[in-house]
Amino acid sequence: MLNRRNFLTAAVGVAATAGLAACAKEDSSSTGSSSGGSDTITLGFSQVGSESGWRSANTDSVKSAAKEAGYKLQFSDAQQKQENQISAIRSFIAQKVDVIAFSPVVVTGWDAVLKEAQAAKIPVVLTDRSVESDESLFATLVGSDFTDEGRRAARILEKVLEKAGHKGDVKIAQLEGTTGAAPAIERAKGFKEVMDADHADDWKIVVTQTGDFTRAGGKQVMSAFLQSNPDINVLYAHNDDMGLGAIQAIEAAGKKPGKDILIITVDGVKDGFIAMSEGKINAIVECNPLLGPQLMDVVKKVHAGETVERWIKTEESDFMQDQAKDALPTRKY
Amino acid sequence: MSTPAVTTPSRWRALTHHHLFWPVAVLIALLLVNVPFTPDFFAIRMTDGHLYGSLVSIVLFGSPLILVAVGMTLVIATGGIDLSVGAVVAITGALTCSYISDQADQNALAGVFLAMGIGLVAAVLCGLWNGFLVARMGIQPIIATLIIMVAGRGVAQLITDGQIITINSEPYKLIGGGYWLTLPFSIFVVAAVVAVTIALTRRTALGLLVESVGGNAEASRLVGIRSMRIKIMVYMFCALCAGIAGLMISSNTSAADGNNAGLWIELDAILAVVIGGTSLLGGRFSIGGTVIGALVIQTLTTTIYTIGVPTQTNLVFKAAVVIVVCLLQSPKFRAKVFGARGRAAAPVTPAAPADAAPKMEVSR
Repeated sequence: MLNRRNFLTAAVGVAATAGLAACAKEDSSSTGSSSGGSDTITLGFSQVGSESGWRSANTDSVKSAAKEAGYKLQFSDAQQKQENQISAIRSFIAQKVDVIAFSPVVVTGWDAVLKEAQAAKIPVVLTDRSVESDESLFATLVGSDFTDEGRRAARILEKVLEKAGHKGDVKIAQLEGTTGAAPAIERAKGFKEVMDADHADDWKIVVTQTGDFTRAGGKQVMSAFLQSNPDINVLYAHNDDMGLGAIQAIEAAGKKPGKDILIITVDGVKDGFIAMSEGKINAIVECNPLLGPQLMDVVKKVHAGETVERWIKTEESDFMQDQAKDALPTRKY
Repeated sequence: MSTPAVTTPSRWRALTHHHLFWPVAVLIALLLVNVPFTPDFFAIRMTDGHLYGSLVSIVLFGSPLILVAVGMTLVIATGGIDLSVGAVVAITGALTCSYISDQADQNALAGVFLAMGIGLVAAVLCGLWNGFLVARMGIQPIIATLIIMVAGRGVAQLITDGQIITINSEPYKLIGGGYWLTLPFSIFVVAAVVAVTIALTRRTALGLLVESVGGNAEASRLVGIRSMRIKIMVYMFCALCAGIAGLMISSNTSAADGNNAGLWIELDAILAVVIGGTSLLGGRFSIGGTVIGALVIQTLTTTIYTIGVPTQTNLVFKAAVVIVVCLLQSPKFRAKVFGARGRAAAPVTPAAPADAAPKMEVSR
């Protein structure tokens, strides 16, 4: 029994390692052989994983932008695990890539590997998410400002309310993202900031709960909200997927999403835009995953030794219902 | 059991010692907690030609969990455990939705049935694999099913390409999100599965065989029960239940989410089975108890949303309630807390399993 168990553990271990090795090989071969002349920049990029449509769009953007810019890209997928990401970064250092870029899985625990990169004189660029490390350890962050997305959501709600001719109290239900995730915390913070500053009397968040960034979560939570607070008239969802789930719950309750309950979501994935073009979402605050071109630009600058801003914010816009139809065909993700 | 006792106190005792008493009591208590926060909690009204209300939502959203938990009950009754159900949920949903989304006409019944068939066959194959590893290869159930739990979610992500597949199929929407005769259609599916399970396990010898395999697999084999076959069968049944739950979950949101569909449902299902009074050691089970257990968990989830528990304390709240439920289930704990009454009853408890089977029939 013991032998069999040991054998199984070993077999799983070997299989996992082989799988990883195979992935690594495939990725590097698809982007050309190891670094050649000094004129082409080699970029090592470690992605968080492929947990959502947003993330896959982000990956595609980085890959295609690197190709367009003529860089050699060493791509590695960390599958949501920090240890995978650290070992990927170490292998980038060993391969002596010119620049390392990565989207950190979590915010802490990066000091050691970042110091190794610094010792090897390889500049590090963070994408999408930040880390809690000494500022000298990385060159810059290319990513969204989640707090600002929260503020923009509140500002666009003002417009939506005005357009709908809403009178009286605004009773808001909030669907939060995964508890503890930076986008969830900061999107709530930014929204509340504007609300407390300008709408302390007439706006109120009556219920707020996590929907884990998923459709099923959004539907279930919203359905409970509608029972306990039937007078909700605005929904603010931290991503489109929760909003899409909530729309189904609102319809099941016999109400009209977008009319009886005004809906604001963040992200701007394709399904969100489809719902908005059907009048079921009132406004979407974009969180742009297509930061590849901006990243390549920054990579070029840090490689040349130029100093760049500490935080390069991605270019994002807000969309109202009337823009949905025009914007829909251009949505890539 | 209750024939000689006609006086009120002994009737009360018979009631409190019924194996479903505590789960039902907790369920009722949880439902009542909601009333101060949602005054019309028990109100059910007609909306758009179907019934609508908190109770309806609890059953609708709880249906997948009930199904998974019923399958899990039989696996646990054989002394096993199935950790792969969450992954099977994801695989079934992913396969079915990706097949439907490739159809020219997503509303065509033939295509939808074929898609569901493909999904369920895949689920049963997962179950066959689990059963094969456990029964034939003698691998510990927790390890054997861990393989699909981990790898299966990867397979689901591979099928969906890591994306969320959205479909627009009215017939498919019926299973998990639609209504029939003013009630959520999923209620009928759950009722059918539960009825078939109870009929098969309590009207035939199958239940007895499952329990005897769980009690002592080797002894059962020696008296001529094909314990291997029984084990493989329960894992296949469990996976089939998980597959149907997967159809429901993906149908409810009209989308297949390989990353999140059925995530951690295996743990909720095991919890539901335990709350329902089935022993994790195997050899004894109660389908009725499991259904109540699953409803307790779903009510708990809904309660958290309605009474406004702060997001960060969700899990702590859930854990606290589960601890209370488990303590109430423990005869030792009850004897300590409720004193004399519990102590007097203590010698009765070991006798309970003997006559547990006929009671279970009555309970559902």
